[in-house]
Formats: sequence, C-alpha cells, structure tokens
Amino acid sequence: MKPAPFTYARPADWPAALALLAEGARPVAGGQSLGPMLNLRLALPERVADLRHLPGYAGVSMQGETVRIGAGTTHAAIEDGVVPGRLGEILAGVARRIAYRPVRNRGTIGGSFAHADPAADWCAVLPALPGHAIALGPEGERRIPLAEFVLGVFETALRGDELLRAIELSALPPATHFGHWKFCRKPGEFSKATACVLATPGAAPTAVLAALDAAPLVIADASALLADPTAEAARLVATLALEDPWRAALARTALRHAAEAAR
Amino acid sequence: MSITLTVNGTPATVAAEPRTHLADLLRGELLLTGTHLGCEHGVCGACTVEVDGAPARSCLIHAGACDGASVRTIEGFGEDAVMVALRESFSAEHALQCGYCTPGMLVVARDIVLRLPDADEARVREELAGNLCRCTGYRGIVRAILGVLASRRGAAS
Ligand SMILES: Cc1cc2nc3c(=O)[nH]c(=O)nc-3n(C[C@H](O)[C@H](O)[C@H](O)COP(=O)(O)OP(=O)(O)OC[C@H]3O[C@@H](n4cnc5c(N)ncnc54)[C@H](O)[C@@H]3O)c2cc1C
Ligand code: FES
Ligand code: FES
Repeated sequence: MKPAPFTYARPADWPAALALLAEGARPVAGGQSLGPMLNLRLALPERVADLRHLPGYAGVSMQGETVRIGAGTTHAAIEDGVVPGRLGEILAGVARRIAYRPVRNRGTIGGSFAHADPAADWCAVLPALPGHAIALGPEGERRIPLAEFVLGVFETALRGDELLRAIELSALPPATHFGHWKFCRKPGEFSKATACVLATPGAAPTAVLAALDAAPLVIADASALLADPTAEAARLVATLALEDPWRAALARTALRHAAEAAR
Repeated sequence: MSITLTVNGTPATVAAEPRTHLADLLRGELLLTGTHLGCEHGVCGACTVEVDGAPARSCLIHAGACDGASVRTIEGFGEDAVMVALRESFSAEHALQCGYCTPGMLVVARDIVLRLPDADEARVREELAGNLCRCTGYRGIVRAILGVLASRRGAAS
C-alpha cells in the first residue's frame, strides 16, 4: 500500500461531480496517470471523485458532421474503431501506439488531454484537428478550440471548477492525409519527440510538434512544411531555441517524417 | 470502505482503505498470491489481471474503483481452452524461468490470441512490450504465443 490516505466518492450524475470538484476532490477517470502519481505520492489528494460511472461519460455520438467523443472513452475503444470514418481510422492509429493494451483498456482520451503531459499522444494530435474540447462547469458547457486547450506542462485551459466533458471533432473526408511520428526506444514508452501533420482536401494543412517539455507547437498553416519538409522542419525547430542538440535533432526528424507521411 | 466485487466468479465483500490497490486487495485480503507486483506504476505488467473482461493493471486500480467490478486472476482461468493451450505451450517453449512475470504474461497472451488471431511475430512482440521478463529474453514467450496462434488458425481452416 503506497499512496497516502484519501477518501473515495463515486458521483452518480454531473451536478454531483461538479459539487465534489468545488469541494476540492481530485477527478479520476482511468487512473492510468493519476494511479502512478498516487502510488509514488506525487499526488496527495484528500478525496478522489471517480468519473467513470457518470451517464454518457464514455461513448461516441454523431451530430451531422460533428463527432462527439465522451471524455471517458478509452484509448482501447478508439483503437478498436468506435469513431467512424476516416477520422476514426486516424484516431485508431494514434490510440494503438499509446502505452500498452492493459493501460489503453482503462486510460481515457479526456484523462490524457486534461492531464496535459507534454509527451502524451492526444496532446500531440488533437490540436491539429478541427474541433473543440467541451468543458462542463457550474454555468454549463463551454467550447475551447483544441489548438488552445493545452497551455503548458500539465496545464490546460480548464478552470478549477470545470471538468472535461467531451471532445468534438469534424468528420474528415476519405482523401485526408495524416502523418504521425514519434520517437520511442521501446513501443509504449513515452515519446521523446512527436509530430503530426493533417492535410485535409480544400483546407490549409495543420501540424503539431510535441513532447517539448512545453506546450505543443501548433502550426495553423503547414503548407511550407509539406512543400519542403527538411528545410521547414529545420526552420521551425530553430525558432524554439532548444537547449539540447539531440532534442532539436529529434524534433526536426519527427516533423520531417510526419510531413512526408502526410503528402 | 466496504466493497463488493466478483473474483474468479465468486462474489466477495471486503473492507479496505480506499488507497489499497486491487493487487494488494487480491493478495492480502483474498490470499490470491498468483498476482505479482513489480513496479506498482503501470510499467512492468506483472500485476496484469482481467477486469470486466479486459486486461488491466491491478496496481493502478484503487479499492473504490473495484466496487462492482468483475475480476479474473491467474487462479481463475481453470480449464479455459486458450489458457490450457498457452500453459502447455509456455512449458514446451521454456517461456518462463523464475515465473515472476508469468501470470501477467499469460493474461496478456490470452488477450493477444483472442483479439488478434492473425498476429505475426512483430505484432506479438509489440503487444508484449508492456510486460517485462528479466529471465527468458522473450524468445520462448513469443514462440509459445505464436504456436498457439498457429494451431488455432490450423484448427479454424
Ligand atoms: C505504463 C504507462 C505508459 C504510458 N504511455 C503512454 C504513452 O505512450 N502515450 C500517452 O499518451 N500516454 C501514456 N500513458 C498515460 C495514459 O495514456 C493515461 O491513460 C492518460 O494519460 C490518462 O488518462 P486517464 O483516463 O487514465 O486519466 P487519470 O489518470 O484518471 O487522470 C489524469 C489527470 O486528469 C484529471 N482528469 C481526468 N479526467 C478528467 C476530466 N474529465 N476533467 C478534468 N480532469 C480530469 C485527473 O484529475 C488527473 O489529474 C501511459 C501510462 C502508463 C501507466
Ligand atoms: S506492478 Fe503493476 S504494472 Fe508493474
Ligand atoms: S520468467 Fe523470470 S521474469 Fe519472466
């Protein structure tokens, strides 16, 4: 038994969950990031509020061309194709490379995004996609553009009285190209450099560079990167003035590979 | 807190501090010591058991979250056909030495066989990346799983 003592609450509905949050409870979803932090006593909550049994917390629904993914949807469900269409294919490919299957069976897209580990895969991919994070607070739902959600290392645009409720994404046409590349010495290990590039027909391509020990770098128009991956990756990484030469080299490589795969 | 869960098909009610993780609950309260603990932060895979039908790290599920769950540990697979085949194959291929990693390996191996019937060696190795073995060098484990996959494909065709 390694964590410090805490009490456990299982809210039955969203108002109860928000009330617990207001009283200072720490939300827990899959527990695949919070669990290690509790065991290592890096997190010392007095009370945890288990979100997993909230109505509609997991699962995917379609509203026209918008796909709404409940924050409690697991990486494994996404890997297994719970999101339809080309968007679902892209997300499934990302999910499969997160951690290991037993971790993916519990870990959730919302928990990962809200945790905002700079090396986390959803933090490296969602900001490239057109859509919003849906925050739920005492006044109801608030939409935060995905590119503006992660603000720093373990820091997001969620307010202290808000929970991440869902991720809303636009469906993608079948001809959408996507490249995703990360550097891990072993499958499932946290990445040392991650990049992705999304090229949707009829829209400006977007890109993200992550695992930077900082907020991800979101490139709203990645046309230059697609046109000349090597030169533009070098230019972009130079602007970051990274201290370690190996990190800069990995970041350039990640951007170049992702761009080449998205062409 | 008092929690009720089903372990290997039998309902159990136990009193536990909320900070107790499932592996300690299984080993300490229910005396099911087949579940092993290595790292206690999700990395080594030794503690992997089935929770609600899918493999999960028992070191990362604390007591409250277990309330109402259905858990199957290495002791609970009995005559399950896939597990029987895996046990025989692990033995034939020398897929264990000290055996510390084996309960977690078997739970994950069974999931691979059932979920990915067409897995090749590269895929089996990728899927095993979350289970560390300090003895065997993995070759025997990979061969044992590939053997069960191949014989099931043979039986299906
Ligand atoms: C061995 C191992 C390897 C891993 N490798 C990778 C990897 O390669 N790539 C990767 O991306 N991730 C990796 N992870 C992390 C994994 O993806 C986690 O599942 C994920 O980061 C957290 O999701 P969770 O649902 O488990 O969240 P939890 O651990 O339950 O919560 C994480 C944090 O988010 C908060 N939170 C959770 N849900 C909400 C919500 N709805 N609203 C507001 N706050 C919330 C919690 O309070 C907590 O601070 C790994 C984890 C392990 C154990
Ligand atoms: S003890 Fe649970 S993963 Fe290592
Ligand atoms: S057999 Fe000893 S750790 Fe795998």
